[in-house]
Amino acid sequence: MANILLKPVELLGRSVTLFWRTFVLFTAELGSIMLLLCSTIKQLILPPFELKNTFKQVVEIGIKSLPVVLITAVFTGMVLALQSYTGFKRFNAEVMVGTVVALSITRELGPVLTGLIVAGRAGAAMAAELGTMRVTEQIDALETLATNPVKYLIVPRFIAGTIILPSLTVIADIIGIIGGFFVTVNLLGANSSVYWRRTWDYLETSDIYNGLIKACFFGASIAIISCYKGFYTSGGAEGVGKATTGAVVLSSMTILISDYFLSAWLFK
Amino acid sequence: MIELIDLHKSFGRNQVLRGANLKVEKGESMVVIGGSGSGKSVLIKHIIGTLKPDSGSVLIDGVDIAKMSENELYETRKRFGMLFQMAALFDSMKVWENVAFALMRHGKLKEKDAKEIASEKLRMVGLMGVEDLMPSELSGGMKKRVGLARAIAHSPEILLYDEPTTGLDPIMADAINDLIIDMKQKLSVTSVAITHDMHSAYKIADRIAMLYEGRIVAAGTPDEIKNTDNAIVRQFITGSAVGPIKIEGVTA
Repeated sequence: MANILLKPVELLGRSVTLFWRTFVLFTAELGSIMLLLCSTIKQLILPPFELKNTFKQVVEIGIKSLPVVLITAVFTGMVLALQSYTGFKRFNAEVMVGTVVALSITRELGPVLTGLIVAGRAGAAMAAELGTMRVTEQIDALETLATNPVKYLIVPRFIAGTIILPSLTVIADIIGIIGGFFVTVNLLGANSSVYWRRTWDYLETSDIYNGLIKACFFGASIAIISCYKGFYTSGGAEGVGKATTGAVVLSSMTILISDYFLSAWLFK
Repeated sequence: MIELIDLHKSFGRNQVLRGANLKVEKGESMVVIGGSGSGKSVLIKHIIGTLKPDSGSVLIDGVDIAKMSENELYETRKRFGMLFQMAALFDSMKVWENVAFALMRHGKLKEKDAKEIASEKLRMVGLMGVEDLMPSELSGGMKKRVGLARAIAHSPEILLYDEPTTGLDPIMADAINDLIIDMKQKLSVTSVAITHDMHSAYKIADRIAMLYEGRIVAAGTPDEIKNTDNAIVRQFITGSAVGPIKIEGVTA
């Protein structure tokens, strides 16, 4: 009898403990990431500068992500136009499709989708590469060759991530709007000059650059989180796998959650 | 000269070093032996400062490496060369770029000059014509040689070897032993090697020290170690499962 009565208490206790442990682990991880960020910024400012490595990372993250970003952007613009056209038709507001596509893409979908793609592609690659270097002692080897691994490995990725994401977002914005235009005008038969007028009339420069500020933040987050996960990998091949998954999940979550708060702050 | 004084290091609840003391004279070849998991790697990582002790000091020519600032530490590391167990070659770079890494980074050498020096160092370890290969194209023994060439490229004063013969066939292992002796004679370096390969230890060591339960329990010349009365050392060098050293899960 007493057992049955105590069972819920036990369960409650266990869940509280579990929750607390997860919270402590999460806080500790956040702290470690912040520490890594601090030493990355310190190494970024101090010479010598890793220009060659940074350029290599820009190519690695930027150019190689471009095809996926282009495809995502064009289809997002297209489906956005298609859905809003058919939806808005119900209350005779088809003329607003251009505005909806432009605002959604520049303010929201451009930076967020580009961020998620780069997190999946480049974030995973960063974590896997650094993780492999860690478990095969290549990072220790760098240290013994009197080379700061944060400077040599993380700073170039951090810089590349921070500048590449806004650049990709600009391209995604343009391609997305063109995709929306193509569907609305060519497939659904709307008037092209109306579409453009509605796009430009309501689009403000702040929509674009606030979107790009978000993209900068996402790029920096992806780089530092993925590098952190890779840099502190342990446990062989399995550890590398875990680091890679962890990098993609944590980067994507950070993008989606911080997106809300950044939007609330930037687009008052 | 390298001196470890009362070194303590724990990872969580696992006390790995519990007061290790070791002195390596200039120009001496010291080999630290000990079982798997005895903390040999942790010990050698303290010498080059990639791990910091919980307490105790690591003196390199009288200066405590554990108390150095980051910059001083990186400066001091330029006096070191280290050969890793699995060679730890940078797999995104060609063989010669691996060897010339420190030269190009710290010596500011031009690519052509650096490559020439890299070829020379590769010849010293008996490799020719591999400069433009990638590390993934090399065998285990060749990787170790390249790792050794990389460790000596910047003419260090101190060489550290982490299990130099582990994972190699006996002939290749002996070739690596010969190279280690060769390096000592040609470059007159101070060296510290960790190993559990007794054949290798006898061959390359001026002095041997045994690490057991986080302390150095015995140290002496190879002959002294061979004829020791210390039961722990005896059990280890004869490779017996029976004795004071207990292996988890094995009842002897």
